[in-house]
Order: sequence, then C-alpha cells, then structure tokens
Amino acid sequence: MSRIAARFASLKAEGRAAFIPFVTAGDPSLDVAREILLGLPKAGADLIELGMPFTDPMADGPAVQAAGLRALKAGATMKTTLQLVRDFRVGDNVTPIVLMGYANPIFAYGVEAFAKDAAAAGVDGMIIVDIPPEEAGEFGPALNKAGIDVIRLSTPTTTDARLPAVLHGAGGFLYYVSITGITGTKDFDPAEVEREVKRIKRQTQLPVGVGFGIKTAEQAAAIARFADAAVVGSAIVARIAPYADGETVKPGCAKDVLDFVKGLSAGVRAARA
Amino acid sequence: MNAVPPNSYRQGPDAKGHFGPYGGRYVAETLMPLILDLEAAYGAAKQDQGFLDEMAYFLEYYVGRPSPLYYAERLTEHLGGAKIYFKRDELNHTGAHKINNCLGQVLLAKRMGKTRIIAETGAGQHGVATATICARFGLPCVVYMGAVDMERQKPNVFRMKLLGAEVIPVTSGAHTLKDAMNEAMRDWVANVRDTFYCIGTVAGPHPYPAMVRDFQSVIGIEAKEQLAKAEGRLPDLLVAAIGGGSNAMGLFFPFLDDSSVAMHGVEAAGHGVETEQHAASLTKGTPGILHGNKTYLLQDGDGQIIEAHSISAGLDYPGVGPEHAWLHDLKRVTYVSATDREALDAFQLCAQLEGILPALEPAHALAHVIKIAPTMDADKLIVMNMCGRGDKDIFTVADALKVTL
Repeated sequence: MSRIAARFASLKAEGRAAFIPFVTAGDPSLDVAREILLGLPKAGADLIELGMPFTDPMADGPAVQAAGLRALKAGATMKTTLQLVRDFRVGDNVTPIVLMGYANPIFAYGVEAFAKDAAAAGVDGMIIVDIPPEEAGEFGPALNKAGIDVIRLSTPTTTDARLPAVLHGAGGFLYYVSITGITGTKDFDPAEVEREVKRIKRQTQLPVGVGFGIKTAEQAAAIARFADAAVVGSAIVARIAPYADGETVKPGCAKDVLDFVKGLSAGVRAARA
Repeated sequence: MNAVPPNSYRQGPDAKGHFGPYGGRYVAETLMPLILDLEAAYGAAKQDQGFLDEMAYFLEYYVGRPSPLYYAERLTEHLGGAKIYFKRDELNHTGAHKINNCLGQVLLAKRMGKTRIIAETGAGQHGVATATICARFGLPCVVYMGAVDMERQKPNVFRMKLLGAEVIPVTSGAHTLKDAMNEAMRDWVANVRDTFYCIGTVAGPHPYPAMVRDFQSVIGIEAKEQLAKAEGRLPDLLVAAIGGGSNAMGLFFPFLDDSSVAMHGVEAAGHGVETEQHAASLTKGTPGILHGNKTYLLQDGDGQIIEAHSISAGLDYPGVGPEHAWLHDLKRVTYVSATDREALDAFQLCAQLEGILPALEPAHALAHVIKIAPTMDADKLIVMNMCGRGDKDIFTVADALKVTL
C-alpha cells in the first residue's frame, strides 16, 4: 500500500479527516524551509503538500506567488526540492509528501527522469496545476510507472459529465478546489462545498480533500466535518513573509510557522469530536 | 472548392489544439470547461454567415479595411534590389493590426452572452484596441498591464482610460507583459462565469492560437489579392516582426501552401542574441510550457522563465505562438532577428524616405528588409507587414537617440 493510501486508511479508522499543510520548498531559505518541513509531522501534518517554485504560477494568489519568488531568490531548484524530500525521509518514512507545481520545470528536467528521481527521493504524489486530463499523456504514465500518484483537481466548473475524465488516471486523493479563483483569495461557502464533495463521492472511491481559501482553524474544522482532508497553504506561507524581509531570515520563523500549523491541525482533529 | 490538399501547412491545429508537438491546453481545471465552451462557440460562429457578415461590416466601416498594399518606391530605389511593398495595417483604426482580432473576439463574446472583457497588454496597443471595441459595443473592459510598462507607455494608459477601460497595474513577477498575462488568467479563473478573456496574440491555450490567426488572416488574404492586381503574381518573400506572432501569422497563413513564397519572421534581438538581453525565443529559446501552450521559451536550465528584453514593448515577451514553433521546426518559415539599434536605424530611414513612422515592432521587420532586399534581384517582390504606426514610440525613440523633447 502506498503511503497516501495507508495514511487515509488509518485516519478513516480513527474517524477523522487529514490535515494537509502546504509550504514552498526553499522558502524563506533552503535551511529554514528544511527546519519547517521536518517539523510539520510533529505539528500535526497528516500529509504534506510541498510547492515546487516557479516564476509564473498562474493559479496562485499573492501569498503563494511571493513564497515561490522568495524560494527562487534563495537558490531553490528542482534538485534542491528533491534533496529536501530526501532529507525529510531520513527521519520520516510514513508521512506522505505530495509535490505541487507547474509543468514547465518538470518538462525542463525531463518527465521520466523527474518521475524516477522524485520516487527515489520519497515523493508519493504530484499535483501539476496546468496539466488537465487533456494533456496528461506526457506526464501521467511516467509518474504512475515510477509509483507516484497523479492527484487531480476538481473545481466548481467541473460538471458531472466531465468528472469521469478528471478521475481517469487519478490516484492518491481527489483535490476539490473550493472556489473559482486562485489560491488564498475568496471565501468558500461550507454548505456548497459539502454538496460538491458529496457529488464527487458518488463517482469515486478516492478520498476527497478540499483546499483553496481555507485560512483559519475554524474554516479547516468546517471542512474536516465532511471532507477527507483539509489543505491550508496561503495562510501558512503568509506567516513566513515578515521573516524574509531582506537578505537574511529573521530568527523564530520556523517556530512561528509550526505553532500556527499546530493550531490549524487542532481545528481539524477536533472537527468531528 | 476550398478542399485543403494533403500535406497542407494550413491544417493545424489537430482536434486537441496541437501544432505538431506544440500548442495544446495547459490550463488549470477551473478553466478547462471554459476553454472547451469557447472552442465550440468559435467553431459554430465561423460557420455562421451572420457572424461573418457582422465581422465584415465592422472591418470595413469601423476598422477601415482593406488596408492598402503600398509600393515603397523610394525605399526600393535606395536599397537597390527587390521591389518592396508595405501592407499598411498601421492605417487601421487605433493604429495597428491588433483591432482585427479584438473585433472578432468581442463579437464572439457577445454571442456567448459574456458581459465583461479582460485583456493583457504590453505596449498598450492590444489594450487600446480592446478598450476601443468594448466602448463601441458597450461592454466593461479591464486591462492588465505591467507597472513597468505603464510607466513606459503613459499615453496608451491614458487612451485606454479615455475609452472607459479600467487599467490594473501588475506588480507581480517582473511587472511586464508575461506577468500581465498571468494576472489576466488569474482574473479569468476567478470570474469564469461572466468574463471573456481577449488574448492579444496567437498564443495561450487552444483555441486561441488558431482563432487569433484566423481573425488576423484578413491581412494575408487582402495582400494576396492586392499583389495579384498590382503585379499579377505571388510575392517571393513575406517579412513580418514576431513577438507573440499574430501579425506574422495573419500575413503568412494564407500563403503557407504557396511553395514559391519564402517567409521570414523577425524576432527582437535586443542588445544582440549573443547577450542575455533579447526576446528571440525561436532563435535562442527551447521548448517548454507557459501560458497554456507548449512552445519555444526563454528559460533557464531549471525551467524558470527568463525576462525578455526589446526596445519594442510589443516584442518584449519570452514566448512565441505555437504555430510559429511548428513552422520553425518544419523550416517552412525562416526566423531571423534584428537588434534594437537596427530597428532604430530602420525607423529613421523609413520616416525620411517614405514619410511613414513605423512602430518599433515592424521597424524590426524593416531592418531585415534593409539587409535582404539588396541581395535580391530587381524582379523579386517583397511584402512586409507594416503592422503598426510609430506615434506611440516617439518618446522611446527620442530617449534612445538621446534627444530631449
């Protein structure tokens, strides 16, 4: 069983949803990013979504855009991102890591080479934002062959008729985008999201996680009552911004971020209690 | 009959929007259903005589088409080689070829029941053309423009505002055209139900590259008829500037299957293609994925996009339309480049010999004509696309020539 499937199975037995924090690899520096990543499981992360920095992140709002640019400025590359995953796996062989990013850096690395190296580093799943099912041919089979799940996005514009195409080749869990918009911007309506998650579950056995627009522990809890996972990204990386104002990273960044993550995780853990 | 012969260069893209390995629909899932709707709506519109008649009416009476095909006699004499014609799309309403495409897209948006138009702009020409058509049809218009470009192109910012558009400064990334395009796509994702994204060039996700090419093909269709009337034959060489490549696709496309017609696309070499300050994505770039399509890009070894540089804000883009990428690989079109300096020299020569101030974009095409025409015999015919007028560029040119106005 993959790490993702095993983790969702054990959480199902516990009767609670997963909490998935998002951080960008290399933000605010390679060292502090490592400190944050390695501290996430203890702070309550059940799975981790790790952003691969890209100069032109079309689906991301200001907070995640800024995180990516900080990481690139700090010298992050696809190679340092995979090294970060290897460093994480030295001490943790159970928490699933899902890489999130855009097609071009993977294409530039070489899709098959990247799939092989990512799997060897300990990556479990990939979300490639700008690869819809229609363009998946070049990426999906290579990733699956290396044992990496392709995590697909379903959105408020994905109709019932289109959902089978989205689910074809999907693995790990399905990521429901709670708003029509970019990350970390609009507020979602929990009742509407619940209806949508139910609609999706009629067509798939995969766990359904929800993200885009969850900013607080209360909002995370509201999602965790009915969904299989709650993803929080922009609100977390926004905590990093004030520490990276200048050439060096101010002290206390990792602790502040991890404390914030603990609060979000507590919200998810208490949701169905 | 208009049957397309086998092995035609004019059959692309395929059903999935690919030109060979290029093109495609690399967009977030939120946009994918919209792109499919747009493809269907455009497919229906181009078969609808009512839509085509409306286009034809506004192209004639509002845009001012057909644009003349002008024999540049003094330039021809000066260069002493091939006979040079200008396709004068700088005489269109708003001063560039951009409006041909904006008209088509906004009429399509109306047909689709969309009530809000967004656009990106670099130099401001596409923004002005979009704002103009939106004013004419009473639709609200939001234009995304890099903060750096807004500073460089203040007159166009004011023109857009006069036309009733809202111009939003883009301060993400490097604050230029590629960032404006990112920001427009972010707006589109957030406002999918009522908004139509009017892309200004032959790039973006399918069906945009094919649709924009079709709307711009009026340039080549007219040129073919006009040259037949003037000279009784096809041209020997077509020359056009390439940023994203819409004016070039518009001129080239109707001639792609005429094997005797050579075509040269001229990229912006900035300070020189041997430096890091240029916008020559076909000459110096590598294939990659950006803004919804696979094409040649300026990028580093890690797949991060590199900022382009050109004195012409309209050519200052790190990518190029996917059909150009395909025609480049097939060697049907030859892609060359001209530097900032060569474009400035061409700009001045054209002003003095022909009484025409070219925009800095076609000044790059002209710089290539200046190099190649003298190497061709006097019985050869060149058609160059004069795709925009240079009034917008006089401040940039004055600055480059160190003249204080």
